[in-house]
Formats: sequence, C-alpha cells, structure tokens
Amino acid sequence: MEAFEILFTTSLWVAAIRIASPLIFATMGELICERAGVLNLGIEGIMTVGAFAGWFAVYAGGDLWFGVIAAALAGAAFGLLHGVLTVPLGLSQHVTGIGITLLATSLTYFIYRIALPEVTSPPKIESFQPLAIPVLSDIPLVGPALFNQTPLTYLAYATVAIVAWVLYRTPAGLAVRAAGENPSSVEAQGISVTAVRVGAVMAGSALMAIGGAFLTMSAFNSFFFEMINGRGWICIALVVFGSWRPGKALVGAILFAAFDAYQVRLQQVTGGIVPYQVFLMLPYVLSILALIAVARRATYPKALMVPYQKGER
Amino acid sequence: MRLEPKPSPSIVHTLLYPAGAIVATLLVASLLVMAAGASPFNVFWLVLKGAAGSQFALVETLTRATPLIFTGLAVAVAFRAKLWNIGAEAQLYIGAVMTVVLGTGAVTLPSLALIPLIMISAMFAGALLLLGPALLKTRFGVDEVVTTLLLNFIILLFVSMLLEGVLKDPMGLGWPQSKRIIAEAQLPRLIQGKRLHFGFVIAIASALVTWVIMKKTVLGYEMRAVGHNGEAARFAGIPVNRVLMKTALLSGGLAALAGFSEVAGLKGNLTLDLSPGYGYTGIVVAMLAMLNPLGVIAAAIFVAGIFVGADAMSRSAGVPSYIAQVMVATALLTMVTAIMLTRFRIRWR
Amino acid sequence: MDASQGGGAETVLRLAGITKRFGPLVANDAVSFELRRGEVIALLGENGAGKTTLMNILFGHYVADEGEVEAFGEKLPPGDPAAALAAGIGMVHQHFTLADQMSVLENIALGTQRMFAPRFDRTSARARIAKLSQDFGLHVKAEALVADLTVGERQRVEILKALYRDARILILDEPTAVLTPLETDALFATLEMLVARGLSIIFISHKLNEVMAVSDRVLVLRAGRLAGERATAETDRGELAALMVGEEIRTPQVVAHRAGEPVLEIEGVSAAGQGTGAALDRVSLTLSAGEITGLAGVSGNGQAALAALIAGTLVPASGQMRIRRETVSGWSPRAALAHRIGRIPEDRHAIGMIGDMNVTENVISESYRSPRFSRAGFLDWKAAREFAMSIIAAYDVKCPSPEARVRLLSGGNMQKLILGRALDGDPAVILANQPTRGLDVGAVAYVHSQLLAARERGAAILLISEDLDEVLALSDRIVVMSKGRLSPPSRRGELTVREIGELMAGHGVFDTGESHAA
Repeated sequence: MEAFEILFTTSLWVAAIRIASPLIFATMGELICERAGVLNLGIEGIMTVGAFAGWFAVYAGGDLWFGVIAAALAGAAFGLLHGVLTVPLGLSQHVTGIGITLLATSLTYFIYRIALPEVTSPPKIESFQPLAIPVLSDIPLVGPALFNQTPLTYLAYATVAIVAWVLYRTPAGLAVRAAGENPSSVEAQGISVTAVRVGAVMAGSALMAIGGAFLTMSAFNSFFFEMINGRGWICIALVVFGSWRPGKALVGAILFAAFDAYQVRLQQVTGGIVPYQVFLMLPYVLSILALIAVARRATYPKALMVPYQKGER
Repeated sequence: MRLEPKPSPSIVHTLLYPAGAIVATLLVASLLVMAAGASPFNVFWLVLKGAAGSQFALVETLTRATPLIFTGLAVAVAFRAKLWNIGAEAQLYIGAVMTVVLGTGAVTLPSLALIPLIMISAMFAGALLLLGPALLKTRFGVDEVVTTLLLNFIILLFVSMLLEGVLKDPMGLGWPQSKRIIAEAQLPRLIQGKRLHFGFVIAIASALVTWVIMKKTVLGYEMRAVGHNGEAARFAGIPVNRVLMKTALLSGGLAALAGFSEVAGLKGNLTLDLSPGYGYTGIVVAMLAMLNPLGVIAAAIFVAGIFVGADAMSRSAGVPSYIAQVMVATALLTMVTAIMLTRFRIRWR
Repeated sequence: MDASQGGGAETVLRLAGITKRFGPLVANDAVSFELRRGEVIALLGENGAGKTTLMNILFGHYVADEGEVEAFGEKLPPGDPAAALAAGIGMVHQHFTLADQMSVLENIALGTQRMFAPRFDRTSARARIAKLSQDFGLHVKAEALVADLTVGERQRVEILKALYRDARILILDEPTAVLTPLETDALFATLEMLVARGLSIIFISHKLNEVMAVSDRVLVLRAGRLAGERATAETDRGELAALMVGEEIRTPQVVAHRAGEPVLEIEGVSAAGQGTGAALDRVSLTLSAGEITGLAGVSGNGQAALAALIAGTLVPASGQMRIRRETVSGWSPRAALAHRIGRIPEDRHAIGMIGDMNVTENVISESYRSPRFSRAGFLDWKAAREFAMSIIAAYDVKCPSPEARVRLLSGGNMQKLILGRALDGDPAVILANQPTRGLDVGAVAYVHSQLLAARERGAAILLISEDLDEVLALSDRIVVMSKGRLSPPSRRGELTVREIGELMAGHGVFDTGESHAA
C-alpha cells in the first residue's frame, strides 16, 4: 500500500479517534487549569492515577461507569493538592507540578504492588466496547471513525462541548477566565480567587484522570507501568497549540492522533528501511514544531503562572 | 489568608520547618507501610540499615548518589536562572552515548588523555542538547518545560535506535546494548573490589566548582540576577539571553556528566535502563538542597540512601520498593512548603 | 456640590477606630469617621498616608487589626469583599480591576449571577447596562473588549460595575491620576449626577484643587492618622496643605541659569510602545548640560517608551540619537551606561531593584563588569561591599547592613539606593522617571535636592512625572507628551497650567519631526 493511500483507510481514522480520545480529556483538563491561571505539570502523574483508579475500581467488581467516577475523584484529589500548594501557598507551579507527577506515579505503582502482590502478567477487565450509532456510523470513512467508538469517546466529544459552553456561556466559566486574565477583577466582584482557581484545577485534574482511565478502560483492558508515556506532556503542548481554546485544541488533538496513527502504518509500508524509532519520535518532534509555529502569536492567559495575593493589584 | 514576608527568617524556623517536612514525609510513608501490612518502625530501621548500616551499604549509597549529584547540580544551576530544565534525563543519555562512541575503541589514548577527552565531549553534547530549548525560549518564546520534557522521549528513542543500530554490540546476543568501553576509558574504582568509582570524586569536585561559579564569579552573579528578576537584570544591562545560553551550556554539561560517570565508572556499557529516572530525581535533589551546589551533595546522598535502603528493606520486609519514590516525591513537596514557611508568615486575617 | 445637602441626612457608613499594622509599620491608626447620604467626602493625604489601606479595609481586601465598619447600620464582616458589595459599597480602584480579554458586559456582570447557573444571562445584563449608561450618561459599548478601551472608558466601566450592583456608596481611589483634564471634568459631572441620586461618595486624592472642587467635607490623613476634618466651604488650600504634610510645604528654590552644550539629541525617533502605552511618533528632544527638562503628560501617552529609549531598553525604529554630537549605534542598556546615562526607572520594585538580592548585589548591577568590581571573571566582593557602604553613608540609606535583602527596605530607601547607583560616576545625562512616586514628603525633598545638585554639576536631566506640580517646580523647560508626540519645549513660566492641560489633552502644536527653534 502506498503511503498516500493510507490516508483514506477507515482503520486509520478509527485508530486516530481512539488515540485522540484520552488526549482530548486531558487537554481539556489542562486547558481549564491554565485558563484559571495555573499550569498543571502534574498531568502526567494524574493520568497515571486515573488509569489505575478506573481500572482497579472495575477489577474490584465495580461497574464501568463507577470506574470512570473513581478515576475522576482520584484525579480531583491530586488536583486539590496541586491547587492548595500553588494557589493559596503560592509555591512554584513548575516544581509543584513535577512533584505531583512524581508522587502520583510512584504512589500508583506502590498501591498496584500491594493491591496485586502475586500477579505476574497484568490482569484484564471487561472494558468499554464500541457502540455503533445507528445511521451516522454508516457514513463512509468518517462514520466508523467518529460513530463506532466506545462510550468514553462519545464522552470525550461531549466534554469539549461542555468545557466550551462552561467557559464562554456560564457565570462560573466567566470567573475562571477572569481569574486567568486578571485575578483582581474576580476579587473586586466579591468572588474568592483561591476558590475559583483551586476549583478549576480540581475539575481539570478530574478530566485528566478520565483521560488516563480511557487507556485502561477503553483502549486497553489492563494497567501497565509507564503506560502514559509522555501523553500528558503532549497535552500541555496541545493546549498551547490550541491557543487555550477548546475547539482549536480538539482539532490539534485529532491532527496529532491522526499523525500518530499514520506513522504506525507508515512503518509497515517502509518496512525496516527506516528504524521504527524514527516514527515513534515523530509525534514528539511534531509537538515541538507545532509549539514553535504558534509561539509568536499565542495569546496566553495573562495571569498564567502568576500567583495572586488578596488585596494585591 | 495571606502571606507576609518575614523581615529576617529566624534560625529556629529555618531548622524547624525542614525538620517538620521530614517528619511529614515519614508520616506519609508510615501510612503506606501500614497499608502494606508492615510495621513502620521496623521498615524505617531496615531502610536506615540498608542505606548506612554497613560498609557495603554506605558504598552502595555513595555510588547511587554519584549520578544524582550531577543531575542535581544541573537542575540547581538552571533553576537558579529560572531556566526550567526538566530534560536532565535526556542530557544524561546523550552524555552516555558520547562515552561509548569515544570509549569503545574508536579512539585509543592513554587513560589520562582519553578520560578527559570523553568527559569534555560528553559535556559538550549535553550542553548542545539543552542549548536547543534555550534558543527556542529566547528566540521564539517557546516554553522550555515542554520542549525539554518532550526531548527526554525523543532522546530515549534515539538511544534505542543507536543500540539496535550502529552502536549495537555484535556479541550481545541480540540485546539492545552497546559494546563495553576499553580499559583506558574506565574510571578507576575508589575501593578495591567495591562499586564506588572515581566518578564520585568528579561529582564532588563539580559541586565545588559550581559553588565557586555561583558565589564568586561574574557569571554566577548574572545567573542569580536573571533568575530573581529578568526585567530588572535586563534594565541594568545584564545580557539576559546570553546568560541563559551560558546557563543552558553549564546545566546540560553537568547532566551529561552523570551519563558519562555511570558508563565509564560503573556499568561499562550503555543500555536503555542506564538511568532509572536520575534526571527527574535530580529536580528533587536540587530543590531539597535549596539550589545550593554544596547542599546538592548532601541531598543526593540522602535521596540515594532512601533508594538503596528501600531496595534492601523491600527484599526482607516485603514492602514494595516504590515506597522510596513516594518518599522522595513527598519530601520534595513538603520541603518546598517548608522553605516557603521560613520566608513567609501566613496570616489568616 | 451643596454642603447643606449632606447636613442632616442619615449616616450611611461608619468607620470606628480602624487600626492596621503591617509588621512594624502602622498604616492606619484608630481612624474613625462617618459618611452621610448624598455627601462627597474627600480623603486627602500624601502618598503613603494610609488612604488606600483604609479603603481596602472598608472594602474587605484587608482585615483591620482593630475597629469596625458599619454600613447602613449593619456591621460588616471583616475581610469579605462580597459582603461589602452586598451592603451597597462599590469601589473604583486606582489600578483598574478589569480582565482585558473579556468584554465590558462580562466584566460588569461577573459574579452577579448564580455561580453555577447553567447559562450566563447576557440579555438581561445587556439591558441593565444600557439603562444604567443611559441614566448616568456613562457611555460604553457593552460588547467591546476591555483591551480596546481608552483609560477614560475603562473608568466608566468600573463605575458601571458598582452601579450595576446597586452601590449606594462609591469609593474612588485617585480616580484622576490617569485622566486628562477634560476627562476629569467629565468624571466630576458624573459624580455630581450620582450624588443627586442619593449616592454617597468617598473621593481619595492627594491633589488639593480637585478636593476643593468636588467635595463637601475633607478628611486629612497623615501617617495613618486622621490629622483633621474640615467642611470644604470653610477651608482653603493652604490650610489643607498644612494639615496634609504637618508643616509648611517648601517648594524647592530653582535658580535660573544658562544651559550648557546639548548632550543628548533625539531626532525624529519613532519606536514601539511599552506595554499598553503609546508608541513614539517622530519625537525630537534635546537635553542640554545643566538643565532640567520636565515632561508632563497623562500616563500611557508614550512616556514609558521615551524613558525606555533613553534607558537603552528600546531601540529606535527610525530617526537617530546623538550623544555629544556623536551618532549612537548598537543601542542597549549597556551602551546607555557606557555613554554615562544615569537611569532612575519608573517602577523601582519591578525593574529598578532585584528585591530578592541584597544591597551590595543591587548597587553593582550596572557596573559589575568594570575592573573596579571584577577581575578575570571573578567578582571582588570586598570592593563591592565597600561601594555599597559608601552609598549607604552618602545617601543616608536606612538598612541593617549591605547584606540586607532589598525587598525589605522602604520605598524611600530603595529609591536612595537607585539614586546612588545612577549618580555614581557623575553621569552626563540623567533620566528621572517618576522619581518621587509613592515617597513620603521627606524622601521627595531629598530626591529633588539630589536632582538639583546634579543639575548644578552640569548633568542634562529629563524629569518625567505625572505630578504636574513637580514638573513645574523643578524644570527649566517643559515639554508635553500626548499620543506619542512631543510638544515643542517652552521655557519655565511661559505656559499657564491651563495651556499645559490643553497640550496634555492633545490640543495644540506638536513636533512633527522637522527641526524647530528650541
């Protein structure tokens, strides 16, 4: 098969949407945090927590949706920690975020080890199954890609719409955006900047964790160490690439995922001439290139990474 | 609540709060140990014994501390100038690559010439690797956190490619590993028959040199000024971008020494598991040391002790050795909080 | 406004014994007063007298250490802006509290609807804003982005924010600092209308003429204490000024003398704006030895860009600069320092000093590369410390030691360090950008005396200040900046305040880059 023809295969686009789904959740999560003015480098660890929590809840006998909720709650808990340390205590968002990632990841591995001391190969669960949406899934090419996916992918679509709606069309979203632009505008209207920012970080972290849970509950059906594999960092790049807007970030996530799916197939076409690592590198290289492309014209939230103290202007 | 700067941090607080951070870390660890069905006191005793209870344990701790001193220094100098280098892991690997490229027989020189040559080449490679993100930051305004993080993945894949390609050991039974370095490229052992090697001495010397640079030189002064307030530094005529470049070169070079020292001093060849995250742990080391180069030595030994001790404890007490990573991460978060509390007073009204 | 109107009316606000300390500093010391319905109180005081702190307590940004606030007979819970808003108190901050990338409507309605409502009700908000702007003559476009508004329009948005919440008491903190004289008149008209509708107003200012024009009653705050209270109709500027500073104000005596050779010549320079300020548009200016040139103008009209240009942080896009008749190239802060330009920056905290470094490290920041302080890449800390000690002694800086972190010094002492650093080595040109902003009376006088002494020594000085009185008192000649353009210079006393005001508003002759007779 020629490199160009791959672009018109259904399987490519099915895979692209599957790869995009966890990125969409986590990117929306990071976007909410940053829109409120808080960089969340805990994302990689929080996704790990979510992947484990969701999977483990189901493994322990819970319902699949219960697993999603468990992941979200675990993510929100780490979001609360990150929020408290960076917002009222004003600690460095970089250092704290890295610390959250290290803590969340190692804690997950520790708990995995004590919860499943005996296992040698990772146990499996009954994961989410694809659910074809009648009529829509019959559209050629895009139908199966967009509308024959698992319910979690549909939830990812909904998440984008909900995040966009909340940010631009609700009073709470207004407060979040204002907190990221000029926190004193929030306080002057009698709203607590701390509450808005910590709340946003918790909500965003819950979404990141659901993104992680997608991997164990929809893409695969078990939990592996190192399974997040830099996806969190890519989501941070996607937020920048999307200019902190949900719609643009969604497009970025899908483009990125399509490229990722494409390089896997291209590997098979070029069959061994080019080392497979080159293809695996491409998504990361692409992320860096995308950042360079948008860096000059990015309009980032003005108060991003700026701690706020009450009474300050 | 609001934070109010303290006029002068009291000595009691400077000691008390970090001590509190350690206690908090131990409390968190105790909870986890109990969750794993073991007794905290027994486990901590085993960790302590495993880290420092015998000559073997001590040597092992210092050996493990060696790469952490290098990555800790790399992070400390970068963070001092507010260059967020999260890519020490990649710089470490590129240093290791240079070591096997030059040290496996391509160049034959006596030890006294070969080892410095390899060291300098490794530092050069690591320095160049961080120069990229630093240039992207100053030229295009691309956040270096994301680029250095992503470079970690790119470089690891690059190393994997080399180990399955040009650097592959033909005698390696198909494993992705490099050839062994020649005897002239090897760092001598400090104690006969023990794993502690000359890399530890280089690490201590690097810490001293870094300390002198930060405290006594024009560059160190410029780096601190840029880190504390880039705008003010620029106004005063300090060439901020050039200082950031120099910082990147220094930081990347130091991190690359970790890879050099691990290969030339300990492992003898390059594999994909050369570093169990030394680059990331270097961030913890640097923060625990409050970015002080001499403090990095102590912090690295402390962190290495936890890792080595936890390994030993895990074998006998059955508590997963991941407890070490949890403790180190918790120590990072509690310590940055403690440092903040020594400088600021929390007023609830 | 009619003073009798406030006479017997009900008390709407009462402050009782408000005390607030910041560490050893007492910002407010047992301040008590009452505000009545339909009354305008002016809160008058020098910079640093505690006016803003007091209002921040009233509004709930700060919590007082002692004392209480009562609005409409109800005690206000401390530290709760939401409660202050609910009680009908609105505040227009000196630095606007607006989110630039959001619309006027969003800024005004922020926090006025149920937080977790599924939908932000734009329609009703728009209708209410339209009605309010109609009623009070405060015209703004509800859908416009705040970033696109002028300063005057932003202030209207701030007032609308308060009115939108049915404020009955309006606090305005130095509202005229950023306005042109014309905009100021419009603001006063608005205030009159608000009072006519029964609102009560606290007007914070340090400008006597405004206080006389707008208030019914004046409260004078000095060093955190209430120094006096007067009915406006029964007092005059002299009495208020004396209350404000506690002594007769001594205006510095400037002896006219002949200017020397031109030192710095800027010719037809255009350059990018700094922050939200205007860009430079073909600006020409000559600074001569032994002469203070005062630059008046409403802030944001390009002063920041001109200052950055002279300081070396901004490179001209077109036009040229000459120093002692020599055209400069490779312009940078270092080049400026090499040409012996001493710089006193506008914001001493943000760019003047590095707060987390100590006094020694800060005073050498412009000269650390000279052989005086460094050799072969190593710093001579002993020489640096001695230099710091000499500045501390010569400029009477109050600090525990040269190792003290600068962040912990008072504004006045920080400014003295900056003066010491800038005046070291007897600079040929001095850029003094807002050199006395936020300083107490004593420190202001000290800065003035140092600038005048430098003038005596033959320095060419550019004094940029928002305080027109300061410009008028010190300058040998005056230029006015508006929208990035510079007026031709006029000698001291040639123009009336009214004429300067006209120029500040952009009416009048402006330099077009062609040469003119100076």
